[in-house]
Amino acid sequence: MHGYDSYKQEIDDILKSHESMPGNLLPILHAIQDSLGYIPGDSVPVIALALNQSNAEIHGVISFYHYFRQTPPGKNTIRLCRAESCQAMNGKALEKYAQKQLEIDWHETTSDGQFSLEPFYCLGNCACSPALSVNNEVYGRVTPQRFDEVIASYREAAE
Amino acid sequence: MIRVFISRDSTALSLGANLVADNLQKVVADKGLDIELVRNGSRGLFWLEPLIEVETASGRVAYGPVQTSDIPSLIDNGMLQGKDHPLYLGDIEALPYFKDQHRLTFARVGKTNPVSLDDYVAHDGYIGLNNALSLTPEDIVKQVTDSGLRGRGGAAFPTGIKWNTVLNAPGEQKYIVCNADEGDSGTFSDRMIMEGDPFVLIEGMTIAGLAVGATRGYIYLRIEYPHAYVALNEAIQSAYERGYLGDDILGSGKAFHLEVRRGAGAYICGEETSLLESLEGKRGLVRFKPPLPAIIGLFGKPTVVNNVISLASVPIILDKGGDYYRDYGMGRSRGTLPIQLAGNIKYGGLFEVAFGITLREILYDYGGGSASGRPIRAVQVGGPLGAYMPESQFDTPLDYESFSAIEAVLGHGGIVVHDDSVDMAEMARYAMEFCVEESCGKCTPCRIGSVRGVEVIDRIVKGIQKDKNTTLLRDLCDTMIAGSLCAMGGMTPYPVLSALNYFPEDFGINVDADAA
Ligand SMILES: Cc1cc2nc3c(=O)[nH]c(=O)nc-3n(C[C@H](O)[C@H](O)[C@H](O)COP(=O)(O)O)c2cc1C
Ligand code: SF4
Ligand code: FES
Repeated sequence: MHGYDSYKQEIDDILKSHESMPGNLLPILHAIQDSLGYIPGDSVPVIALALNQSNAEIHGVISFYHYFRQTPPGKNTIRLCRAESCQAMNGKALEKYAQKQLEIDWHETTSDGQFSLEPFYCLGNCACSPALSVNNEVYGRVTPQRFDEVIASYREAAE
Repeated sequence: MIRVFISRDSTALSLGANLVADNLQKVVADKGLDIELVRNGSRGLFWLEPLIEVETASGRVAYGPVQTSDIPSLIDNGMLQGKDHPLYLGDIEALPYFKDQHRLTFARVGKTNPVSLDDYVAHDGYIGLNNALSLTPEDIVKQVTDSGLRGRGGAAFPTGIKWNTVLNAPGEQKYIVCNADEGDSGTFSDRMIMEGDPFVLIEGMTIAGLAVGATRGYIYLRIEYPHAYVALNEAIQSAYERGYLGDDILGSGKAFHLEVRRGAGAYICGEETSLLESLEGKRGLVRFKPPLPAIIGLFGKPTVVNNVISLASVPIILDKGGDYYRDYGMGRSRGTLPIQLAGNIKYGGLFEVAFGITLREILYDYGGGSASGRPIRAVQVGGPLGAYMPESQFDTPLDYESFSAIEAVLGHGGIVVHDDSVDMAEMARYAMEFCVEESCGKCTPCRIGSVRGVEVIDRIVKGIQKDKNTTLLRDLCDTMIAGSLCAMGGMTPYPVLSALNYFPEDFGINVDADAA
């Protein structure tokens, strides 16, 4: 089983459990992304049908929000803060360093599939800038050395 | 059993609080000792995190910042009995950063177990709700009006007046919506409340519901705050279990239901009408006003939209009375503001004080100057749409009117500090770029103006027709201020123009010749 068949059941369950919820589109999209890591293109018509909306409307919502993604992410998602407070603490140098170490640009995934890199605008960790998060863990006062340590700890966990 | 406190606040976690907690448990277990580990919120003194507090016979004693490698020596030196150690800090509330604060909204944060309803009640929680249950809706609104509380989310609109509009709006179903989108750089007070004392927000929203006749509330939480999501849901669940939420609040016959909804990474969804669109499951496009959300809000019904801190300030007002709250502050800025100090600052963190303190006191008395040790050159207050303030403005008191008199904004009380290595032309460019990235796209001055703004700043910096392009940039800013539907396009010029006006040399502009 691959493609739509492999996640049909999950999506159907999500749609069903959100049936009577007012304003349910964002919660549905979150539930799909939580479970699959992204929102597959072929789920759009199914969502549209269930919500009695057009494909274009659903697509418009997915593409409006930075957090929703339509391609599978790497095993770990690194979110690097680019906002002012982090800039004030050498955040820009950290951005360059991260891209160089991972050999990827924003929104890309490393060739081994381990890490995706996403820009974020404030993680609310500004008192300990610069900040990044990996999956749901936040890291503060990130120097290049600490960046390497953090990345290494996820690589180790993968082995 | 000895109670030991280690924070579960995101920033404490970002510095290794979980590792410290795990290691402490392990070392203690190896020695056959017995402790009760409480994961509390943070006191807000982030340079001391990860912080350990131990409850002793003579009060709480703090140690920090603690790394895992410090734990054996802490234990061996009698930390559990509050004994001395190089990391010993004593009573955290006696430290200068703490003792002059006016902790009204943040009274419990860092003290209690955030998700324990018993702990909340033991520390004066739910007194406000109990009082509110014996008042008429009009009297609840009057207390909030009398307190002088103005919205802490940015626009500083009087909360009592907003509530009164919703109270008087006709409608069977009304809603309370909490704006927990906290998108501004340098702000984290909403996050700290939600992680460190979620019940105070739940109580505030419940009181708001009683005040205006709303039976349902939503917390629209930004996706960047996963720990707040967990804490809020844990707290909401126990509030339901214990009858503080539901169809019959504490046997009063009054209903209030509450749910957390996650945003999806769009700054504009902090704007209240975009937020409502997003909650309804649409793209976060700004709505035209009027009608106000107070009249036609969520799902077309009368809706209170308030910021986290605004709502979390309500319980103390209903507990101690509007006058008590109003007695703090200056001018028309009443009560307290949780100030968030971030960026290039030695003692970054959060402290809550009455309005009226000056920026200089904040930066040097609390903040201890820059982290880098270099001179502080520019300070941005109020998030990415706030003006950059030069040293000559550091004596401005924190007060909504004093700030607007110099075309600055207090916003959400977040302060981002830059030392003299900052390039202000780059910061101005970033402000425009942020608007390109985050504009909802509904109106032209914002959508197109910001793209043009980036181009024009690039030309100025490259020295291409400097005078002409500087004039053009100012025109563009005027158009954005005058022609934008919301403050995204309408205030992006604040950081840009302030950078240009106070730091022209960074744009390569000859100060004497181009000062006008
Ligand atoms: C672009 C933009 C972003 C905003 N972001 C937030 C935010 O993140 N949190 C917030 O409480 N208010 C934000 N606001 C202000 C809200 O529109 C609104 O004024 C506020 O939620 C009202 O609540 P209050 O009266 O309690 O402050 C934003 C406004 C604009 C124009
Ligand atoms: S000013 Fe910008 S963000 Fe605000 S409504 Fe217009 S396009 Fe949207
Ligand atoms: S600006 Fe980077 S965490 Fe807030």
